Amino acid sequence: MCRPFPRLSPVGESAVLVELADAICSEASRQVRVLDARLRESSLPGVIEWVPGYDSVLVHYDPLRTTYDELHALLENCLIRLTTGGVRTPKQVTIAVRYGGEDGPDLAHVASYHGLTEAEVIRRHTAPVYQVAMMGFTPGFAYLIGLDSSLNTPRLATPRTLVPAGSVGIAGGQTGIYPLDSPGGWQLIGRTACKLFNPDQAPFFLISPGDAVRFVAVENGERS
Amino acid sequence: MTVLVEEAALLMTVQDWGRHGYQRYGMPESGPMDWWAFRSANHLVGNQPDCACLEMGFSTAELVVGSEALMAVCGAGFQVYLNDNPAPLWMAFMAKQGDRLRFEKVLGGNWVYLAVSGGIQSSAWMGSRSVYPRAGLGMSLIVGDSLPLAACTAQARLLAGRSLPVSAQPAYQQDSYIGVIPGPHQERFTDRSVEVFFGQPFTLSTRSDRMGYRLLGPALSHQDGADIISQGMVTGQIQVPADGQPIVMMPDHPTTGGYTCLGTVAKVSLPLLAQTQPGEAQLRFHRIEVGDAQKALGEALQAIESAIIEEEDPWLFL
Repeated sequence: MCRPFPRLSPVGESAVLVELADAICSEASRQVRVLDARLRESSLPGVIEWVPGYDSVLVHYDPLRTTYDELHALLENCLIRLTTGGVRTPKQVTIAVRYGGEDGPDLAHVASYHGLTEAEVIRRHTAPVYQVAMMGFTPGFAYLIGLDSSLNTPRLATPRTLVPAGSVGIAGGQTGIYPLDSPGGWQLIGRTACKLFNPDQAPFFLISPGDAVRFVAVENGERS
Repeated sequence: MTVLVEEAALLMTVQDWGRHGYQRYGMPESGPMDWWAFRSANHLVGNQPDCACLEMGFSTAELVVGSEALMAVCGAGFQVYLNDNPAPLWMAFMAKQGDRLRFEKVLGGNWVYLAVSGGIQSSAWMGSRSVYPRAGLGMSLIVGDSLPLAACTAQARLLAGRSLPVSAQPAYQQDSYIGVIPGPHQERFTDRSVEVFFGQPFTLSTRSDRMGYRLLGPALSHQDGADIISQGMVTGQIQVPADGQPIVMMPDHPTTGGYTCLGTVAKVSLPLLAQTQPGEAQLRFHRIEVGDAQKALGEALQAIESAIIEEEDPWLFL
């Protein structure tokens, strides 16, 4: 139970879970990015793809091409001196957001919940450079680290049945963008016209794990 | 060169071997619910193992064949009729223009696959023809839809009549024993719950689909909460939320999840689970080691490749 990090475990007969920490923090995220880069460089035999998490990486492999033990040994090599490994400057992605109004029906609520003006909520939401810790939930959905904790707001008591694609929301201490029309319970403060997911044309995803994301406020009709 | 949908099954989608390489962006793999039947059907008609097939689930479907084609149907829970005559599953056969192919839902399974020589030539997105409606990659088929097929070759015609013996098919039964590779969060459950999971029978909820199969049975309890920091998931992974009722991830599952995972259904057992009908059937789980699961998977794939029986081998009649 208390094996030290990093620790490797089988997940079924076709994946290895590499756990680097048990926390959502920028150091765990940094180590995930180091491992992500090393896996890309080393193209280990039998590895199909891998999925970065907040503090873990799940490595999917073809069990007909390699075994758990073989891959375990190769992965241990990739983990040497992970804590001091360097990472490249992340790709910067700027998301133009129309805040409030029909695009952000919960902006007023978020502002009054914290005793702030709407303009101040927008200022605090557009100030940080967010880091994409991981992606999941739906295609193109990015889990961002870096929300100003003074904007932490509980989810809606009753989720909406339809949140339009591009909506920008806050849920607890998280902020994110809905890539697809879907049901959802996040407080919607704005909406972007950026397409986060386009299955018809490569690159299919606007954002990748590890990217740095900034929100900028635009007026209705304005483009970034 | 098409097939036309005359009657649509509840879930009726084109599936190939899945969409790989995009799970890091949150894109599920998709692919067949019963990979064994899928691989067998493709192999019988001489296709590459990843060719697109038509997957039909949970209710009756009917197709009209637009032009001559070599076909094979594999799976469980369906009786197949070619122009009102019962047609064998797990066998390649020729269908001609205007033939009616009916997939009548019966007991004993949920999913059936139609493979056509050359593969179904429907739209592809991101390198795969697998339909994934949640992200707008195609839709479940409805009456009047038609699917493009590859042209039937002279070579394909020669394969008519070949079949896969029962020994190389999955051992479908409704009360199945399902192999599970324990971990990675088994220590997050009470010892008693782990014992219950590997000892007591479970049934399948009707709230089961291509994303996940929900198990009903004795509630499992956690040592210290059901939540974990979200991490990647695989098909077959058994997540246990706070209500203690396990959910097995199926091919359209989200790529990441935030619940503790008791174990993962071995690939060799997934077809049996996929074909278990919601309701009465009792599932029991037993532990299997990673190495044994890999060996069993290799043997199953080998069996599909090597066990084909060619029809009308003259030597058999000497």
